[in-house]
Amino acid sequence: MATQTEDDTTVKEPLDLIRLSLDERIYVKCRGDRELRGKLHAYDQHLNMILGDVEETVTTVEIDDETYEEIIKTSKRAVQYLFVRGDVVILVSPPLRSA
Amino acid sequence: MLFYSYFKTLVDKEVVVELKNDLAIAGTLHSVDQYLNIKLENTRVVNQSRYPHMMSVKNCFIRGSVVRYVQLPADGVDIDILHDATRREARGT
Repeated sequence: MATQTEDDTTVKEPLDLIRLSLDERIYVKCRGDRELRGKLHAYDQHLNMILGDVEETVTTVEIDDETYEEIIKTSKRAVQYLFVRGDVVILVSPPLRSA
Repeated sequence: MLFYSYFKTLVDKEVVVELKNDLAIAGTLHSVDQYLNIKLENTRVVNQSRYPHMMSVKNCFIRGSVVRYVQLPADGVDIDILHDATRREARGT
């Protein structure tokens, strides 16, 4: 069997899919009802990442004391360069079209 | 080891470390290790009024596992070097 030569375009495992998104904008769902949208500049096997021009969206659900209805609130924040620790990452994807 | 090497280039620069308990600490990066534990100097809490118990703390050691984000200074990021290093690291693992 001929030995396979690895090159940057071979996609074999899930991390290779993320490699395709280097220098592209991505969407990251994080623990704590947080979402990040930014440009992927670096990552490793733990999914530690460095993102650029990031927008963080934090979603909170408040419950009205009287009506018991759920009030969904979001707050956003912009950061120029952000290191994200891998253990908060849930999923990584290209940006959602509706955004 | 990618981010360990990267953080070593940030020593003596100003960063803001946001912890998983929502505490945000600004300070000068003094040192980092392979676990991405961080030592900060000249620390000040970003929201002083909300976390008064940290007012007297000027230097601290932060366990890497409690970090959520680190806000990086613009002059500490060279995206070309980061892209190259990431491609090399991704191929190796």
